[in-house]
Amino acid sequence: MALGRKVRLLAGAKYKGGGPMLAWALHRISGLAIVIFVSLHVLASFLTQQLGSDLGISINIIYESIYFQLAIVFCAIFHGVNGFRIILLDIWPRLVRYQKESTWLEWFVVLPLYTLTAFIMIRRFLAG
Amino acid sequence: MQSRVMPKPGWNLEYLMWIFTRISGLSLILMAALGVSLGLLMGARTQLDLGTLMRWTFFPNANHVLDSEIPDIYLWSNGFWQVMQILVVVFAATHGFNGLRVVLEDYTSPGFWQSALRFFIFLLWIFFGLVGIYVILGS
Repeated sequence: MALGRKVRLLAGAKYKGGGPMLAWALHRISGLAIVIFVSLHVLASFLTQQLGSDLGISINIIYESIYFQLAIVFCAIFHGVNGFRIILLDIWPRLVRYQKESTWLEWFVVLPLYTLTAFIMIRRFLAG
Repeated sequence: MQSRVMPKPGWNLEYLMWIFTRISGLSLILMAALGVSLGLLMGARTQLDLGTLMRWTFFPNANHVLDSEIPDIYLWSNGFWQVMQILVVVFAATHGFNGLRVVLEDYTSPGFWQSALRFFIFLLWIFFGLVGIYVILGS
């Protein structure tokens, strides 16, 4: 529900929300990215499977490229881990006091998971 | 300046979707964990590369593992996985399009265009849910 207040983009970017704000913004961006990706992928699969269309195949070729996969893996891992953090804070509201620390803890989970995955994927891509 | 219209406390759409988002999010994580565990039990460690295993983890569709060295594709495409995929599609579509609605309502004010957008998202939800299930049953 809109709050009816006008905050310009620059003013919003200057707001020092720190880790939790970054997590909030990335959660939205990655969520929207996943919605767009999955919807187009479902549509592309439908076009390929039912109509044998070239459009579906060309969309899926973009999706299978290493650059796209690296981005979408980050979105999925971050959205999943951050969502889990949100669920934990919602179940135990007393933990909200440690919100900032929880985002640090979250990056300790996300970064190794993503770096390891990306490392193996890139190594395999370079090997051919 | 227009103040925010607070929804009444109780079993309204906002509250239901708030609960649903959490339950479905947790279920999607658990279903991904189940998918990757069963995939490894079925021999993914030696038969799949990591990218393929990730694709299988996010969505256990046999088309995702078709290019691998799997001896028996039926193991990866039977009814259990079809039920699992339908659950993932229904949960993910509802979770995702509800998220889209929440984000759009943050940047629009109540009125005709917001209602139109909400209705459009509702149609998208129905459309992609049905197309997803159709693709699963047809693959």
